Amino acid sequence: MIYLNLFLAFLKIGLFTFGGGYAMLPMIQEEVTAHDWLNQSDLIDFIAVSESTPGPFAVNIATFVGARTGGIFGSICATLGVVLPSFVIILIVAKCYAKFKSSRLVVGAMNGLKPAVVGLIAAALLSLSQTVFFPAGLSVSVLGTAQFYVSPGIFAAAVVLAFKKLHPILIILLSAVIGVITGYVLQI
Amino acid sequence: MKRIPKTISLLLTFMKIGLFTFGGGYAMIPLIQRETVENKNWISDEDILEIVAIAESTPGPIAINAATFIGYRVAGFLGALSATLGVVLPSFAIITVVSFVLAEFQNVRWIQYAFNGIRAGVLALIVKALWSMYKQSPKGIFSYLIMLGAFVVVAFLPINVIFVILTCAVVGIVQALIMSRRDKK
Repeated sequence: MIYLNLFLAFLKIGLFTFGGGYAMLPMIQEEVTAHDWLNQSDLIDFIAVSESTPGPFAVNIATFVGARTGGIFGSICATLGVVLPSFVIILIVAKCYAKFKSSRLVVGAMNGLKPAVVGLIAAALLSLSQTVFFPAGLSVSVLGTAQFYVSPGIFAAAVVLAFKKLHPILIILLSAVIGVITGYVLQI
Repeated sequence: MKRIPKTISLLLTFMKIGLFTFGGGYAMIPLIQRETVENKNWISDEDILEIVAIAESTPGPIAINAATFIGYRVAGFLGALSATLGVVLPSFAIITVVSFVLAEFQNVRWIQYAFNGIRAGVLALIVKALWSMYKQSPKGIFSYLIMLGAFVVVAFLPINVIFVILTCAVVGIVQALIMSRRDKK
């Protein structure tokens, strides 16, 4: 049953996400947390793993969630699920490409979808940042502790570096180093 | 006979593409261009632009879309199959190994500290992705309303993402139809 669930969940992700990469994040977040396959922290950790390993994000996370929950066969089912919709749809589009390109329906749908993806990623970002900045929940007592300021500090520095076009892998490495140092210093 | 070597060649080329691009999606386009246009002469530079446009307007990962499309152009259905398999295989193998290694090391103290730092760094990467998506998105009051609407609905209401995606696609289509009717008058 887990295999079928993995296949169907990732089929849905493959079918309803436009733009690839982080555009898939809102759907992936919804599916993996709804099934309790990963919690929010696991998901963020895995985004880091995916950025530091080759290949498309969607395939990486499908394989990872599949392997975690159903072993090798689970990872095959999840990966197959995320790939299948693209594969079938592109085969159809490749056959009637000229019609597809000039279709007013496709152009119109994209005009609605592109801004929607921006809003959806913003929503995913909001809920993920709650997990990162307030791991123990929102309360006034955490404001007095030093470790509360570590994550926002790393985040602010990383945003600056990301917009200076530093490679994502270097940003992840730097954040890891700061995390280890502050972890031992503050004994979190 | 001529088709068999081409499918093998597609498989190997796309394995290389899958193995040497980090981050996926648009990060793959330059390598795809170098391999399939410059090295193999399978398609032209214009085709690459078309492929990006198609990959953007069809669901699914961009890398998979591009691999399937190019494979089909070059060698039909079997070509599509081998190119797609090629681009997926390296990720699949590497992540399967990583997932088992990660499970082993997750309780080590310094690794936990490292991931505490990494999580904040990853948020920054998402902010960057959000910014580039915003830049690619059409501007104007119509787009801003959709952005805001999608954000508010998913962030604060128990409504699922698929529903929002479908609604926004329909709204986009309706708007395009209204605009074109207005143009005719």
